[in-house]
Amino acid sequence: MRAMNKDLSSVMQNARPAAMLRGLWAYRDFVLGSVRREFEARHRQAMLGGLWALLSPLATVVVYTVIFSEVMHGRLPGVPEGAAGAHTYSIWLCAGILAWGVFANIVARFQTMFIEGAGLLKKISFPRICLPLVAVLTALLDFGIVFGLFTLFLLGSGRFPGAVFLTLAPVLLVQTLLAVGIGMIAGILNVFFRDVGPFVTIVLQFWFWLTPIVYPAAILPEDLRGLLAWNPMAPLIQAWQDVLVKGAAPDWAGLAPVALLALLLCALALRLFRRRAGEMVDEL
Amino acid sequence: MGARMSTITVSRLGKAYRHYPTRWSRLAEWLLPGAPPRHSLRWVLQDISFTVAPGEAVGLVGINGAGKSTLLKLIAGTSQASTGSVQLRGRLAALLELGMGFHPDFTGRQNAFMAGQLLGMTANEVARLMPQIEAFAEIGDYIDRPVRVYSSGMQVRVAFAVATARRPDILVVDEALSVGDAYFQHKSFERIREFRRQGTTLLLVSHDKQAIQSLCSRAILLDGGRLARMGAPEEIMDYYNAMIAERQNTSVRQHETRGGKLQTVSGTGEASVADIALLDEHGAPVEVVDVGAPVTLQVTVRTHAPIPRMVLGYMIKDRLGQPMYGTNTHLKELPLADVAAGEDVVYRFAFPMNLGPGSYSVATAIVSTETHLVNNYEWRDLALLFTVVNMRRPYFEGSAWLDPAIEIQRLSITA
Repeated sequence: MRAMNKDLSSVMQNARPAAMLRGLWAYRDFVLGSVRREFEARHRQAMLGGLWALLSPLATVVVYTVIFSEVMHGRLPGVPEGAAGAHTYSIWLCAGILAWGVFANIVARFQTMFIEGAGLLKKISFPRICLPLVAVLTALLDFGIVFGLFTLFLLGSGRFPGAVFLTLAPVLLVQTLLAVGIGMIAGILNVFFRDVGPFVTIVLQFWFWLTPIVYPAAILPEDLRGLLAWNPMAPLIQAWQDVLVKGAAPDWAGLAPVALLALLLCALALRLFRRRAGEMVDEL
Repeated sequence: MGARMSTITVSRLGKAYRHYPTRWSRLAEWLLPGAPPRHSLRWVLQDISFTVAPGEAVGLVGINGAGKSTLLKLIAGTSQASTGSVQLRGRLAALLELGMGFHPDFTGRQNAFMAGQLLGMTANEVARLMPQIEAFAEIGDYIDRPVRVYSSGMQVRVAFAVATARRPDILVVDEALSVGDAYFQHKSFERIREFRRQGTTLLLVSHDKQAIQSLCSRAILLDGGRLARMGAPEEIMDYYNAMIAERQNTSVRQHETRGGKLQTVSGTGEASVADIALLDEHGAPVEVVDVGAPVTLQVTVRTHAPIPRMVLGYMIKDRLGQPMYGTNTHLKELPLADVAAGEDVVYRFAFPMNLGPGSYSVATAIVSTETHLVNNYEWRDLALLFTVVNMRRPYFEGSAWLDPAIEIQRLSITA
């Protein structure tokens, strides 16, 4: 629709993937600046500032540790009773909750990013693909801080798994792609059908409890455990738990179909974005 | 990209919004690809074609809802065209809304960075331009205070300073300038003029007649999503003003005067100007007047229906259509009451021609109150043309004759 010469403006709303990448590169300072501002904005008015980024997930971990480890006497198979067991359970919980946290954070940010960015999208011409990138980087930054702290704790307590720790990078990548694919589709649909937002929030709640995060898969009845094969988050969470608790490499074979699904969803999301981006701005 | 290249070419541009009868029908349309479309199209712009030449300035006018903002959004690229295309050559900057995306908790400086990056500048570039941005915004120490303590005018100052920190090849402005204080409005218009001098191509939307006439060389009138008229700013603005009056069920017609200009006449027609002339001190009609010469503007109004309250007004305008002086018999507290049909009323306005050399026009309005929008009997642009020449005075600049009595004192301060 818009033809322009070799100027920067030619990459603005161009939906070809190569043009999107060039637009992102041209607007790299905007993307990085937005991530920083988003982070600062959340903590600027608070006296404890960035500390809150750590305190909220810490509180979650404490709550789950107390409730499941102490009150409900949840036990992991093969973990000793007593203080050491509670310790292991906490690490196991942290692994699952932090990993789930970044996944849910990306999906939540994506599903509102276009609606919240309505003013910018309608009034300013910039590569629209910047918004998802800002959202994903912001979520990864939050995760990086908490997970960095968690890693320091592992190092300090002598529970650091060693070189196998590096295998978490591809796991995080697959998980991020899955979140981006789902979040992007939800975010675009949410512009046209506002019911999608609350629906996805509810789905995420159920999904959290249907994934072995606060309880081990082993305590599920046999027939329910079969259903886990259909939950793409189950192998991902398990990978985090395997690496961080057992120091074992992830089950790559189990992750392969999840990676495939993540790529498929991303491709679908990109197609939806390219086809509906123009109409989306009309709807905002 | 040189200025000689920067153009806007709009061809057969159209924009329609999809309207779905219910929320479910969109879902049905998405999920059932084979089914017929369930939406109806609401066209807000149709069949718009024009070209803005390199370095040219074009004004865009039209009543609210005529499609001006939509057209600008299509050109700026935030909205997607339904038909046709927009072709741009050169870097475009669009001032569609100033202060967009400002975060109240951040300082003016931080927001300036954000706004600059949103316009595609790198952080280094903004940093380099920052002293100039600060100097232009003129808000002093406030630049380092949170935007939430700013007045709306200060926010506009920062936003405008950032948005125009680099000279764009093409500038698209949407009435953003009508906000802020008078001083800053002048300043921002001066910056736009400076861009024009350096070759920036301009597309300006404004309700402000003076802005359009003083900046633009051509104007486009949009009406009901279509390009209604395109031409000289003065002619388009006259037509536009007449069109506003037309919404009160009156007629608008334009015809060419002897001088080749388009005269616009509108109104309900109960009264009309039967004769108009500029008379010199001996009562003879003149078309050329010396600076400062006493003249009389004589207007004969003929009534075609009884008029309870009749006011005659006139406006002297310069070549660009900028008002020089205007008044009416309401402001002068001389309205006529109960004028019968078929009367000829002769008005004589005597004044010294204290205008600078140039060509001027007179517009007349026969109304019931001070504005032409309540009861507009007749409103006539370019009713009379005359030229002012300087025959007896020393050379001076400008369009007003403000001859001073000069007193000079030389004081020695040697003691």
